[in-house]
Amino acid sequence: MSDSESFEHRPEGHPLAQAKLVLFLGVFLAVALAGVDLGLRERIVANKTAETYSEIPRLVPGADAQRTEALQVWVAGKTQRIYKAFSATGEHLGFVLPTSGSGFSDRIELLIGLDAQGQTLTGLYVLDQKETPGLGDHIKEAQFQARFAGAQTPLTAVKGDSKNHNEIKAIVGATVSSQSVCDIVNRAVSGLDLSTLTEATHE
Amino acid sequence: MSEPTAGMRFLNGILPENPTYRQLLGMCPTLAVTNSMQSALTMVAATGFTLICANVMISLMRRLLKPHLRILVFTLTIATFVTIADRLLSAFLYDASKALGPYIPLIVVNCIIISRCEVCSSKQGPWIAFADGVGQTLGFALGLASIATVREIFGSGTWFGLQVLPDAWPKLGILVLPPGAFLTMGLLLAVVAFVSQRARKETR
Repeated sequence: MSDSESFEHRPEGHPLAQAKLVLFLGVFLAVALAGVDLGLRERIVANKTAETYSEIPRLVPGADAQRTEALQVWVAGKTQRIYKAFSATGEHLGFVLPTSGSGFSDRIELLIGLDAQGQTLTGLYVLDQKETPGLGDHIKEAQFQARFAGAQTPLTAVKGDSKNHNEIKAIVGATVSSQSVCDIVNRAVSGLDLSTLTEATHE
Repeated sequence: MSEPTAGMRFLNGILPENPTYRQLLGMCPTLAVTNSMQSALTMVAATGFTLICANVMISLMRRLLKPHLRILVFTLTIATFVTIADRLLSAFLYDASKALGPYIPLIVVNCIIISRCEVCSSKQGPWIAFADGVGQTLGFALGLASIATVREIFGSGTWFGLQVLPDAWPKLGILVLPPGAFLTMGLLLAVVAFVSQRARKETR
Protein backbone atom coordinates (compact mmCIF):
# COMPACT_ATOMS: atom_id res chain seq x y z
CA MET A 1 0.00 0.00 0.00
CA SER A 2 1.69 3.21 -1.16
CA ASP A 3 1.75 6.43 0.85
CA SER A 4 -0.55 8.32 -1.54
CA GLU A 5 -3.19 5.61 -1.12
CA SER A 6 -3.21 6.00 2.65
CA PHE A 7 -3.59 9.79 2.42
CA GLU A 8 -6.73 9.36 0.31
CA HIS A 9 -8.19 6.76 2.67
CA ARG A 10 -11.68 7.80 3.68
CA PRO A 11 -12.58 6.23 7.05
CA GLU A 12 -16.09 4.73 7.03
CA GLY A 13 -18.34 4.06 9.97
CA HIS A 14 -18.77 5.72 13.33
CA PRO A 15 -15.52 7.19 14.79
CA LEU A 16 -15.85 5.05 17.91
CA ALA A 17 -16.18 1.94 15.79
CA GLN A 18 -13.03 2.90 13.88
CA ALA A 19 -11.20 3.36 17.17
CA LYS A 20 -12.07 -0.15 18.43
CA LEU A 21 -8.43 -1.19 18.49
CA VAL A 22 -7.30 1.97 20.26
CA LEU A 23 -10.00 1.67 22.92
CA PHE A 24 -9.33 -2.03 23.47
CA LEU A 25 -5.58 -1.45 23.70
CA GLY A 26 -6.09 1.40 26.14
CA VAL A 27 -7.95 -0.85 28.56
CA PHE A 28 -5.87 -3.97 27.97
CA LEU A 29 -2.48 -2.24 28.32
CA ALA A 30 -3.62 -0.34 31.42
CA VAL A 31 -4.59 -3.63 33.08
CA ALA A 32 -1.30 -5.24 31.98
CA LEU A 33 0.67 -2.32 33.44
CA ALA A 34 -1.25 -2.54 36.71
CA GLY A 35 -0.35 -6.23 36.86
CA VAL A 36 3.35 -5.56 36.23
CA ASP A 37 3.35 -2.82 38.86
CA LEU A 38 1.69 -5.14 41.40
CA GLY A 39 4.23 -7.86 40.71
CA LEU A 40 7.28 -5.61 41.02
CA ARG A 41 6.09 -3.24 43.72
CA GLU A 42 7.61 -5.19 46.62
CA ARG A 43 11.08 -5.30 45.10
CA ILE A 44 11.01 -1.60 44.27
CA VAL A 45 9.89 -0.68 47.78
CA ALA A 46 12.65 -2.91 49.21
CA ASN A 47 15.22 -1.10 47.06
CA LYS A 48 14.00 2.28 48.25
CA THR A 49 14.03 1.15 51.88
CA ALA A 50 17.61 -0.10 51.54
CA GLU A 51 18.55 3.26 50.09
CA THR A 52 16.79 5.04 52.97
CA TYR A 53 18.71 3.07 55.60
CA SER A 54 22.01 3.79 53.87
CA GLU A 55 21.26 7.53 53.90
CA ILE A 56 20.27 7.77 57.57
CA PRO A 57 23.81 8.36 58.91
CA ARG A 58 24.14 11.37 56.58
CA LEU A 59 20.67 12.74 57.29
CA VAL A 60 20.96 12.62 61.09
CA PRO A 61 24.66 13.15 61.84
CA GLY A 62 26.06 10.52 64.17
CA ALA A 63 23.22 8.04 63.66
CA ASP A 64 23.93 4.33 63.38
CA ALA A 65 21.88 2.80 60.55
CA GLN A 66 21.72 -0.61 62.26
CA ARG A 67 20.00 0.81 65.34
CA THR A 68 17.26 2.60 63.39
CA GLU A 69 13.71 1.77 64.38
CA ALA A 70 11.01 1.75 61.70
CA LEU A 71 7.81 3.17 63.22
CA GLN A 72 4.53 4.67 62.10
CA VAL A 73 3.19 8.14 62.64
CA TRP A 74 0.30 10.36 61.56
CA VAL A 75 1.20 13.02 59.03
CA ALA A 76 -1.70 15.29 58.00
CA GLY A 77 -4.28 12.68 58.90
CA LYS A 78 -2.61 9.70 57.18
CA THR A 79 -0.47 6.97 58.72
CA GLN A 80 2.96 6.57 57.22
CA ARG A 81 6.43 5.23 57.92
CA ILE A 82 8.95 7.21 59.99
CA TYR A 83 12.43 6.15 61.08
CA LYS A 84 13.77 6.87 64.57
CA ALA A 85 17.53 7.38 64.45
CA PHE A 86 19.82 6.39 67.31
CA SER A 87 23.54 6.74 67.81
CA ALA A 88 25.71 3.63 68.30
CA THR A 89 25.30 4.11 72.08
CA GLY A 90 21.50 4.14 71.89
CA GLU A 91 20.98 7.88 72.26
CA HIS A 92 17.91 9.15 70.37
CA LEU A 93 19.29 11.63 67.84
CA GLY A 94 16.39 12.38 65.56
CA PHE A 95 14.01 11.15 62.89
CA VAL A 96 14.00 10.48 59.16
CA LEU A 97 10.66 11.19 57.49
CA PRO A 98 10.00 9.96 53.94
CA THR A 99 7.59 12.13 51.99
CA SER A 100 6.70 13.13 48.47
CA GLY A 101 4.86 15.81 46.52
CA SER A 102 4.65 17.46 43.12
CA GLY A 103 7.69 19.10 41.62
CA PHE A 104 7.99 21.06 38.41
CA SER A 105 7.82 18.00 36.14
CA ASP A 106 6.67 15.03 38.17
CA ARG A 107 6.62 13.73 41.75
CA ILE A 108 9.63 14.34 43.99
CA GLU A 109 10.33 11.76 46.74
CA LEU A 110 12.28 13.06 49.71
CA LEU A 111 13.83 11.91 52.97
CA ILE A 112 13.78 14.64 55.62
CA GLY A 113 16.23 14.43 58.52
CA LEU A 114 14.78 15.97 61.70
CA ASP A 115 16.05 16.56 65.22
CA ALA A 116 14.63 14.65 68.20
CA GLN A 117 11.78 17.17 68.60
CA GLY A 118 10.84 16.96 64.92
CA GLN A 119 11.24 20.73 64.54
CA THR A 120 14.60 21.58 62.96
CA LEU A 121 15.89 19.84 59.84
CA THR A 122 19.20 17.99 60.09
CA GLY A 123 19.39 17.05 56.41
CA LEU A 124 17.58 16.31 53.18
CA TYR A 125 17.91 13.60 50.53
CA VAL A 126 16.13 13.27 47.19
CA LEU A 127 15.08 9.64 46.61
CA ASP A 128 13.45 10.18 43.23
CA GLN A 129 12.88 13.10 40.89
CA LYS A 130 12.24 13.74 37.23
CA GLU A 131 13.00 17.45 37.07
CA THR A 132 14.56 19.15 34.07
CA PRO A 133 18.05 17.77 33.42
CA GLY A 134 20.72 20.41 34.01
CA LEU A 135 18.35 22.74 35.84
CA GLY A 136 15.79 21.31 38.27
CA ASP A 137 17.69 18.07 38.64
CA HIS A 138 20.38 19.91 40.64
CA ILE A 139 18.10 19.19 43.61
CA LYS A 140 19.67 15.72 43.67
CA GLU A 141 23.10 17.22 44.37
CA ALA A 142 24.63 17.33 47.85
CA GLN A 143 25.37 21.03 47.36
CA PHE A 144 21.63 21.89 47.27
CA GLN A 145 20.61 19.37 49.91
CA ALA A 146 23.23 20.69 52.35
CA ARG A 147 21.34 24.01 52.44
CA PHE A 148 18.57 22.31 54.43
CA ALA A 149 20.75 21.40 57.43
CA GLY A 150 19.67 23.58 60.35
CA ALA A 151 16.66 24.96 58.45
CA GLN A 152 13.25 25.45 60.03
CA THR A 153 9.80 25.40 58.49
CA PRO A 154 8.02 27.26 56.99
CA LEU A 155 10.68 27.35 54.30
CA THR A 156 10.85 29.66 51.31
CA ALA A 157 13.22 29.40 48.37
CA VAL A 158 14.94 32.74 47.76
CA LYS A 159 16.99 33.94 44.82
CA GLY A 160 19.87 35.49 46.75
CA ASP A 161 21.69 34.07 49.76
CA SER A 162 19.51 32.84 52.58
CA LYS A 163 19.33 35.35 55.46
CA ASN A 164 17.82 33.14 58.14
CA HIS A 165 16.82 29.57 59.00
CA ASN A 166 13.50 29.89 57.12
CA GLU A 167 15.09 30.68 53.78
CA ILE A 168 16.76 28.32 51.33
CA LYS A 169 18.94 29.58 48.49
CA ALA A 170 17.18 28.44 45.30
CA ILE A 171 18.94 26.82 42.35
CA VAL A 172 19.68 29.37 39.64
CA GLY A 173 17.22 28.78 36.80
CA ALA A 174 15.16 26.28 38.80
CA THR A 175 13.05 28.38 41.15
CA VAL A 176 9.95 26.20 40.83
CA SER A 177 11.85 22.97 41.56
CA SER A 178 13.54 24.59 44.58
CA GLN A 179 10.27 25.97 45.94
CA SER A 180 8.54 22.62 45.32
CA VAL A 181 11.07 20.90 47.57
CA CYS A 182 10.44 23.56 50.25
CA ASP A 183 6.66 23.13 49.92
CA ILE A 184 6.92 19.35 50.27
CA VAL A 185 9.07 19.75 53.39
CA ASN A 186 6.71 22.37 54.85
CA ARG A 187 3.65 20.19 54.36
CA ALA A 188 5.31 17.12 55.87
CA VAL A 189 6.82 18.83 58.92
CA SER A 190 3.70 20.87 59.74
CA GLY A 191 1.48 17.80 59.37
CA LEU A 192 3.77 15.63 61.52
CA ASP A 193 2.25 14.67 64.87
CA LEU A 194 4.94 12.94 66.94
CA SER A 195 2.45 12.12 69.71
CA THR A 196 0.98 9.49 67.39
CA LEU A 197 4.26 7.53 67.10
CA THR A 198 3.47 3.80 67.20
CA GLU A 199 5.02 0.46 66.33
CA ALA A 200 5.07 -0.35 62.62
CA THR A 201 2.18 -2.68 61.81
CA HIS A 202 3.67 -3.89 58.50
CA GLU A 203 7.10 -3.89 56.88
CA MET B 1 12.34 -4.46 -5.33
CA SER B 2 10.92 -7.23 -3.13
CA GLU B 3 10.26 -6.79 0.60
CA PRO B 4 13.36 -7.03 2.82
CA THR B 5 13.81 -10.41 4.50
CA ALA B 6 14.46 -10.95 8.20
CA GLY B 7 18.15 -11.44 7.51
CA MET B 8 18.35 -8.21 5.51
CA ARG B 9 16.49 -6.27 8.21
CA PHE B 10 18.83 -7.64 10.86
CA LEU B 11 22.04 -6.83 9.02
CA ASN B 12 20.83 -3.42 7.84
CA GLY B 13 20.29 -2.28 11.40
CA ILE B 14 23.90 -2.85 12.42
CA LEU B 15 25.83 -0.70 9.92
CA PRO B 16 24.08 0.32 6.66
CA GLU B 17 21.02 1.76 8.47
CA ASN B 18 22.74 2.35 11.80
CA PRO B 19 20.32 4.46 13.90
CA THR B 20 23.07 6.66 15.34
CA TYR B 21 25.51 7.21 12.49
CA ARG B 22 23.23 6.82 9.47
CA GLN B 23 19.67 7.65 10.48
CA LEU B 24 20.78 10.11 13.19
CA LEU B 25 17.78 9.14 15.30
CA GLY B 26 17.52 8.96 19.07
CA MET B 27 20.08 11.74 19.48
CA CYS B 28 18.78 12.82 22.88
CA PRO B 29 19.71 9.68 24.83
CA THR B 30 22.81 9.27 22.67
CA LEU B 31 24.16 12.61 23.81
CA ALA B 32 22.83 12.44 27.37
CA VAL B 33 23.86 9.03 28.69
CA THR B 34 27.12 8.35 26.87
CA ASN B 35 29.34 9.88 29.55
CA SER B 36 29.84 6.38 30.93
CA MET B 37 29.72 2.89 29.39
CA GLN B 38 27.54 1.60 32.22
CA SER B 39 24.78 4.17 31.57
CA ALA B 40 25.08 3.79 27.82
CA LEU B 41 24.60 0.03 27.86
CA THR B 42 21.74 0.22 30.36
CA MET B 43 20.03 2.65 27.99
CA VAL B 44 20.64 0.27 25.07
CA ALA B 45 19.11 -2.59 27.07
CA ALA B 46 15.99 -0.59 27.99
CA THR B 47 15.56 0.82 24.47
CA GLY B 48 16.21 -2.58 22.88
CA PHE B 49 13.65 -4.27 25.12
CA THR B 50 11.06 -1.65 24.17
CA LEU B 51 11.94 -1.73 20.47
CA ILE B 52 11.81 -5.51 20.11
CA CYS B 53 8.61 -5.94 22.15
CA ALA B 54 6.87 -3.02 20.43
CA ASN B 55 7.96 -4.25 16.97
CA VAL B 56 6.58 -7.76 17.59
CA MET B 57 3.32 -6.53 19.12
CA ILE B 58 2.65 -3.99 16.35
CA SER B 59 3.47 -6.64 13.77
CA LEU B 60 0.90 -9.01 15.30
CA MET B 61 -1.71 -6.22 15.11
CA ARG B 62 -0.68 -4.91 11.71
CA ARG B 63 -3.81 -5.99 9.84
CA LEU B 64 -6.02 -4.16 12.37
CA LEU B 65 -4.27 -0.79 12.03
CA LYS B 66 -6.24 2.09 10.52
CA PRO B 67 -3.97 4.61 8.74
CA HIS B 68 -5.37 7.65 10.55
CA LEU B 69 -5.07 6.00 13.98
CA ARG B 70 -1.84 4.06 13.59
CA ILE B 71 0.41 6.60 15.36
CA LEU B 72 -1.90 6.42 18.39
CA VAL B 73 -1.55 2.65 18.49
CA PHE B 74 2.24 2.86 18.09
CA THR B 75 2.52 5.37 20.92
CA LEU B 76 0.23 3.39 23.26
CA THR B 77 2.28 0.25 22.70
CA ILE B 78 5.65 1.95 23.04
CA ALA B 79 4.63 3.82 26.20
CA THR B 80 3.49 0.57 27.80
CA PHE B 81 6.78 -1.21 27.17
CA VAL B 82 8.79 1.80 28.34
CA THR B 83 6.83 1.79 31.60
CA ILE B 84 7.49 -1.93 32.01
CA ALA B 85 11.21 -1.38 31.30
CA ASP B 86 11.27 1.44 33.85
CA ARG B 87 9.66 -0.76 36.52
CA LEU B 88 11.99 -3.67 35.75
CA LEU B 89 15.02 -1.38 36.10
CA SER B 90 13.78 0.05 39.41
CA ALA B 91 13.22 -3.47 40.69
CA PHE B 92 16.39 -5.24 39.49
CA LEU B 93 18.98 -2.56 38.62
CA TYR B 94 18.04 0.19 41.06
CA ASP B 95 21.35 2.09 40.98
CA ALA B 96 21.44 2.05 37.19
CA SER B 97 17.87 3.37 37.02
CA LYS B 98 18.79 6.24 39.32
CA ALA B 99 21.82 7.11 37.18
CA LEU B 100 19.63 7.33 34.07
CA GLY B 101 16.87 9.34 35.77
CA PRO B 102 14.35 10.91 33.39
CA TYR B 103 15.97 9.43 30.27
CA ILE B 104 14.19 6.11 30.70
CA PRO B 105 10.67 7.59 30.41
CA LEU B 106 12.01 9.65 27.48
CA ILE B 107 12.49 6.43 25.50
CA VAL B 108 8.82 6.89 24.57
CA VAL B 109 9.80 9.73 22.24
CA ASN B 110 12.90 8.00 20.88
CA CYS B 111 12.38 8.26 17.14
CA ILE B 112 14.15 4.98 16.43
CA ILE B 113 11.29 2.97 17.88
CA ILE B 114 8.39 4.74 16.23
CA SER B 115 10.25 4.83 12.92
CA ARG B 116 10.79 1.04 12.97
CA CYS B 117 7.08 0.61 13.72
CA GLU B 118 6.20 2.76 10.73
CA VAL B 119 8.80 1.38 8.33
CA CYS B 120 8.85 -2.30 9.24
CA SER B 121 6.57 -3.79 11.85
CA SER B 122 3.32 -2.22 10.62
CA LYS B 123 3.97 -3.84 7.25
CA GLN B 124 5.77 -7.13 7.82
CA GLY B 125 5.40 -10.29 9.91
CA PRO B 126 6.51 -10.81 13.56
CA TRP B 127 9.69 -12.74 12.78
CA ILE B 128 10.94 -10.02 10.40
CA ALA B 129 9.92 -7.34 12.90
CA PHE B 130 11.85 -9.18 15.62
CA ALA B 131 14.96 -9.42 13.44
CA ASP B 132 14.64 -5.73 12.59
CA GLY B 133 14.40 -4.84 16.28
CA VAL B 134 17.46 -6.90 17.17
CA GLY B 135 19.49 -5.46 14.27
CA GLN B 136 18.62 -1.85 15.11
CA THR B 137 19.39 -2.49 18.78
CA LEU B 138 22.83 -3.83 17.89
CA GLY B 139 23.41 -0.79 15.69
CA PHE B 140 22.29 1.49 18.54
CA ALA B 141 24.64 -0.38 20.90
CA LEU B 142 27.53 0.15 18.49
CA GLY B 143 26.71 3.84 18.22
CA LEU B 144 26.36 4.47 21.94
CA ALA B 145 29.30 2.27 22.93
CA SER B 146 31.66 4.01 20.50
CA ILE B 147 30.73 7.46 21.80
CA ALA B 148 30.72 6.36 25.45
CA THR B 149 34.14 4.73 25.11
CA VAL B 150 35.70 7.98 23.87
CA ARG B 151 33.89 10.14 26.42
CA GLU B 152 34.54 7.95 29.42
CA ILE B 153 38.18 7.09 28.70
CA PHE B 154 39.31 10.60 27.80
CA GLY B 155 36.87 12.39 30.09
CA SER B 156 37.20 10.35 33.29
CA GLY B 157 40.11 7.99 32.60
CA THR B 158 37.89 4.97 33.24
CA TRP B 159 36.01 2.37 31.21
CA PHE B 160 33.02 0.67 32.88
CA GLY B 161 34.25 2.38 36.05
CA LEU B 162 37.64 0.67 35.93
CA GLN B 163 40.69 2.90 35.74
CA VAL B 164 42.36 2.53 32.31
CA LEU B 165 44.44 5.69 32.04
CA PRO B 166 47.23 6.43 34.52
CA ASP B 167 46.44 9.18 37.04
CA ALA B 168 49.02 11.46 35.46
CA TRP B 169 47.10 11.53 32.16
CA PRO B 170 45.05 14.78 31.97
CA LYS B 171 41.29 14.27 31.95
CA LEU B 172 39.30 16.32 29.44
CA GLY B 173 36.42 17.19 31.78
CA ILE B 174 34.44 18.77 28.95
CA LEU B 175 33.90 15.33 27.41
CA VAL B 176 31.77 14.30 30.36
CA LEU B 177 29.54 17.36 29.98
CA PRO B 178 26.96 18.06 27.23
CA PRO B 179 29.30 20.07 24.95
CA GLY B 180 31.67 17.11 24.92
CA ALA B 181 28.84 14.89 23.78
CA PHE B 182 28.22 17.05 20.72
CA LEU B 183 31.94 17.28 19.99
CA THR B 184 32.51 13.52 20.24
CA MET B 185 29.39 12.69 18.24
CA GLY B 186 30.28 15.14 15.50
CA LEU B 187 33.86 13.92 15.18
CA LEU B 188 32.91 10.23 15.19
CA LEU B 189 30.17 10.89 12.64
CA ALA B 190 32.77 12.53 10.39
CA VAL B 191 35.07 9.53 10.77
CA VAL B 192 32.28 7.09 9.89
CA ALA B 193 31.21 9.18 6.89
CA PHE B 194 34.83 9.38 5.66
CA VAL B 195 35.44 5.64 6.02
CA SER B 196 32.19 4.68 4.28
CA GLN B 197 32.85 7.14 1.45
CA ARG B 198 36.25 5.55 0.88
CA ALA B 199 34.67 2.08 0.95
CA ARG B 200 32.09 3.15 -1.63
CA LYS B 201 34.80 4.61 -3.92
CA GLU B 202 36.77 1.37 -3.80
CA THR B 203 33.82 -0.80 -4.77
CA ARG B 204 33.15 1.28 -7.88
